[in-house]
Amino acid sequence: MTLDAVLFFVFGGIAVAAAVALILLRHPIHSALALIVVMAALAVLYLLQGAEFVAAVQIIVYAGAIMVLFVFVIMLLNAAREERTNLSRAARYLGVPVAVLLTAELAYLVWHASSANPSQAAGRTDVTRPLALMLFRDFVFPFELTSIVILIAILGALVLARKEP
Amino acid sequence: MPASWYLALSAILFGLGVVGFVFKRNIITIFMSIELMLNAVNLALVAFSRQLGELQGQVFVFFVIVVAAAEAAVGLAIILLIARNRQSLNVEDVDLLKL
Repeated sequence: MTLDAVLFFVFGGIAVAAAVALILLRHPIHSALALIVVMAALAVLYLLQGAEFVAAVQIIVYAGAIMVLFVFVIMLLNAAREERTNLSRAARYLGVPVAVLLTAELAYLVWHASSANPSQAAGRTDVTRPLALMLFRDFVFPFELTSIVILIAILGALVLARKEP
Repeated sequence: MPASWYLALSAILFGLGVVGFVFKRNIITIFMSIELMLNAVNLALVAFSRQLGELQGQVFVFFVIVVAAAEAAVGLAIILLIARNRQSLNVEDVDLLKL
C-alpha cells in the first residue's frame, strides 16, 4: 500500500469512528468534540487530495470558529446529558434500515458516477493561486453575495438572541 | 487513491449525519448532525474537483463553508431562544405544530 492509501484509511477511519461517536455519545459537549475530530480528519483528507487552501479554511473556520460557537452555546445553556427517550416503533424498525439503505444507495451512485470517467489531470500542485483567481474573477458576484449573507446572518442572530426589554 | 474511495467515505459520513439527525433528541446535537452532512458533501466536492482536474469544486466548498457559518450563527440564536422560552433542549418539547 502506498502512503496515500495508508493515510486515507487511517484518517477516514478516524472520521467515521468520530461520526459514530457523535451519534452514540449522550452529552452534547462530547458530541461537539467528536465533530471537531471529524473536521480535523477531513482536513487531512483534503490535504491528501491536494486542496491545501480548503484544508486550512476547514481548520480555521469550521474547527476553529463554528465549533467554538457551538461549544459556547452548549456551555451557555448548561446543556445536560440527553435523556433517553423511547423511539417510536416506526423509527426503531424503519429508521435504521432506511438509513443504511440511503448510505448504500449514495455510495453505489457516487461509486459508479466516479468510475464512469477515469481521473485525469490529477496531482496538480499550486492550487491556491488559481483558486484565488477563480474566486475573485469568475465567482466575484457570488463572492460579494456571501458577504451580504453573512451580514444578514449577523443581524438575524443579534435580533433573535437579544433579550426582550 | 481513486476518487471513488473518497466518495464512498463521503456517502458513509452523510448517512451517519442523517442517522444523527433522525435519532438524536438534543436540538444542539441535531444541528451538529447537519454540520456533519455539510462536511460530507464538501468531501465529495473536493474529490470530484480533483478527479475532473477543475477547481470549481473547491470554490463551491468555500461557499458551502460560508453558508454553514451563517447558518450556525442564526441557528444557534434560534436554539438560544427556544432554550430560553421552553427551559428545555429536547426537541420533543417543541411540538406546537404537532397535531
